[in-house]
Amino acid sequence: MRTHPGIAAVAVAIAAFLVAFLVIPVVAVVYTAFSDGHGGFTLAHFSAFGEISLMRESFANSLYVAGTTVGLATLIAVPLAYLTVRFQFRGAILVQTLGVLPLVMPAFVGAAAMQLLFGRSGSVNLILKDAFGVTLPLMEGLNGVIFVETLHYFPFILLNLSAALANIDSSMEEAAQNLGASGWRLFRKVVFPLAMPGYVAGASLVFIKVFDDLGTPLVLNVTNMLAPQAYLRVTSIGLEDPIGYVICVILVAFSIGAMGGSWWFVKRRDYALVSRGGVQAPKRRLTPWQTFLAYGWIGAMLLLVLSPHLGILLLSLSKVWSFTVLPEQLTFAHYATVFAESKQMIWNTFLYCGFAALVDVAIGTAIAYIVLRTQLPGRQLLDHLVTVALAMPGLVLGIGYLRTFKGVELPFGGGALTASWLIFVLAYAVRRLPYALRSCMAALTQVHPALEEAAENLGAGRWRTIRRVVVPLMMGGILAGFVTSFITAAAEISETILLTSRESMAPMSYGIYLYFQSVLGRGPGAALGVIAVSLVALGTYVSHRLVAASSPHQSGGGK
Amino acid sequence: MKSPRIRALALALACLPFAAAADTVTVVTSFPKEITTAYKKAYEARYPQDKVEILNKNTAAGIAYVREQAAGSRPEVFWASAPDAFEVLSSSKLLAKIGPGNPAIPAKVGNYPVNDPEGYYRGQALAGYGLMWNTRYLKANNLPEPKEWADLVKPVYFGHLAISSPSRSGTTHLTVETILQGEGWTKGWEQMLAICANSAAITERSFGVPDGVNNGQFGIGLVIDFFGLAAKNSGMPVEFVYPSVTAIVPANIALIDGAKSKDAGMRFIEYTLSEEGQTLLLQKDISRLPVLPSVYAKAPAGYPNPFGGKIQAKVNFDSNLSESRYYVVVSLFDQQVTFRHKELVAAMKAINDAEKRLGGRKSAQLDEARKLVLTPVVDEKQAADKQLLALFKAKKTDAEASKAKAKVEEEWAAKAKANYAKAVELASGAK
Repeated sequence: MRTHPGIAAVAVAIAAFLVAFLVIPVVAVVYTAFSDGHGGFTLAHFSAFGEISLMRESFANSLYVAGTTVGLATLIAVPLAYLTVRFQFRGAILVQTLGVLPLVMPAFVGAAAMQLLFGRSGSVNLILKDAFGVTLPLMEGLNGVIFVETLHYFPFILLNLSAALANIDSSMEEAAQNLGASGWRLFRKVVFPLAMPGYVAGASLVFIKVFDDLGTPLVLNVTNMLAPQAYLRVTSIGLEDPIGYVICVILVAFSIGAMGGSWWFVKRRDYALVSRGGVQAPKRRLTPWQTFLAYGWIGAMLLLVLSPHLGILLLSLSKVWSFTVLPEQLTFAHYATVFAESKQMIWNTFLYCGFAALVDVAIGTAIAYIVLRTQLPGRQLLDHLVTVALAMPGLVLGIGYLRTFKGVELPFGGGALTASWLIFVLAYAVRRLPYALRSCMAALTQVHPALEEAAENLGAGRWRTIRRVVVPLMMGGILAGFVTSFITAAAEISETILLTSRESMAPMSYGIYLYFQSVLGRGPGAALGVIAVSLVALGTYVSHRLVAASSPHQSGGGK
Repeated sequence: MKSPRIRALALALACLPFAAAADTVTVVTSFPKEITTAYKKAYEARYPQDKVEILNKNTAAGIAYVREQAAGSRPEVFWASAPDAFEVLSSSKLLAKIGPGNPAIPAKVGNYPVNDPEGYYRGQALAGYGLMWNTRYLKANNLPEPKEWADLVKPVYFGHLAISSPSRSGTTHLTVETILQGEGWTKGWEQMLAICANSAAITERSFGVPDGVNNGQFGIGLVIDFFGLAAKNSGMPVEFVYPSVTAIVPANIALIDGAKSKDAGMRFIEYTLSEEGQTLLLQKDISRLPVLPSVYAKAPAGYPNPFGGKIQAKVNFDSNLSESRYYVVVSLFDQQVTFRHKELVAAMKAINDAEKRLGGRKSAQLDEARKLVLTPVVDEKQAADKQLLALFKAKKTDAEASKAKAKVEEEWAAKAKANYAKAVELASGAK
């Protein structure tokens, strides 16, 4: 196929967009970290960073928190994934629910509720103290961050690992079983190594997310970690503080490192199976004892995973919740407050995330088409650029935007770009683009080129074919991409905190954060949280249905 | 064919929030949503042609924000508790001279001028600092109700207090500075370090303290009065007292120089000082002390009235002194307390344990340990040192200065850490 000049122009436009809103801001951040202020190169800021013991401590704490979270998340996720994929087990639907529930609640929203349930004078500790005279420091300092993040992010490992396990050919396991392996040995020597790529992908994602997270530590009042330090330096000392940029460079380096590392790890070994997509391994039966253990484990996890949801719901309905196991009086007043005061924020969320998701699917569809259907030189570069966005911490991009676009005025008297709502759309669109792109790519892969050729043979031009044939056929994937971009953007907090300059411009996620910052705001904040969670839950459900509807041959999952 | 669609899009865009209203009053404030929402609503009802935009930032971030905006596009109003924040702003030439407002507002409360003598900012409400506690928490843990700061240094409160960091919260800085001025540098730090050592947490924002007390995470918190009063008046199981070493200090409001719409900004400021604007302060969920004495007639019984001589403010707050050493106090607190809180608490625990073990016997080691923990690593003379103060005020882009500053801070941190470690050693070996 010869490349249509129009398509080349679209490719260039997309590349320009990515360079302007992804590459330049990040480069500006990195440049500032290495610049001596007069255009020269210096490592002085890094050595200054190394000399501040607080920074060394924050660095160590961030590594510790991210590492421990990965460890604990593994402990929760691996048994769950193995159970559902390998055993005849009626609780599978429960496990799937487990895998989605935490993701619909932004970690920082859950954190506030967790404090009331597991904190110093939280429900659990009040009961424990009453019964046994002891309290558990579950939410003290770094423990709290680890606890909250583990419950929030373990699904990444669960989902990736489940998908990988489902892909293992049964013959491998049968061969191992014929050779006498069973139980733990079978799992350790055969199944787990084969599922390793899925595990590594999930684990590295968890590591990055936790390492970069800003909202959770802030809500829990933990400041001796890297992301909060960067935020505090930049907001209280100012955009000129070089240490903030040094932290950003470290965050970026770790994110890219963790991601690149996981790719390298997967590539290094040959994980290809002889016959892929063959018969799935027959599901084994559980002994009664094992069934008991399995349900016990799942039940316990479900209770833990549901606790932030329950907590936030109770909080949103409680008039006074102070030093008691459960709130005393229930009220709907907080919802009334939210609807009276914060309609604008709810609307803003729809507006920003809607526009961002639109931009994402438009660009995603275009890139998918360019990569899969044209011979445009350098087309893979677009795909790679977008993938880089996945590894960019929101905090870094936010700081990059503030720095790069400082003083940029919108035309027609629209004011400063950084003070307008467009900045949210841009920031959300860039960071959520990878999700939309994956969806669009997957959708286009399923459209056979023969259909397009048929359309062209019938006299349709390139554009007409795209508009009338390709896009309608991709619609399921495009919609799923839209919804995924939308809901992940709606739950975003790191960039949002940085970019919000006016309250009337704030989206819901900032609104929740803001409510949590006032003495009597816990209730309304929780109410807004419940609304946000319902919205995201609904979106997730819709996107799952869309994916299921558009690819009837697939059994869902893998997302 | 496309034009109707484009027109619809243009229309949709025009309805979006960025459309600049005729006059927008942008208010940078550290105040909680209850206050800002009440004022926004009331003001917009009064002046329908104006719109109020709230920029909620903690005081330090607010200053940084104003500083970074170009003249002409700056926000209109700065509204916060800490007087030193306004000093910082006015010395950076970021405030417009507006003089005193409503003549019914007295010039002084106690010995403290309500309005800036130089006319750059005005007092909008009065605030005292005090202690707030959760009555259920105290009962459950058998703790006596505190009356004074000095009560909080007692071992019985170990692990039950909470305070914020002055670097993150302007109001906490005021509390710290009030204690330092009321008790003197050495004794003030001794008290403060003991209080911090008894604290369960050093919270990131001043609001984190009342929030934690409200929901029972902490027993007692050091807070600005309205946090305590508003919670109590809204039905939370909490109490609030003013200790005798407190200063009644105005929370201020100022017009930013180089703001977009100065007139509207001024209108907002005048409104907050009018009878109507002052009366808003009495709302249950706000519970602040008005600067306009006549408003107290409408207040419910028992409402504290600083003009009635009920609150005994022993300290005459010197805001010049406070401003001159602002960075040193803040940084010292962070290096010695905020970032070393774990070590500080461990040292105090070792001392408490040793005390229990010794059963009231005198011990030189124990005294030495206590001294190590409760002495600031910077003495009063050093804190007033011109060179040191200049170092902390230097521009952030000056790489040399920021490096030198980092070095000084690092020395403090290292010394504090070593002192705490030594104290643990001494206390556990005390005979």
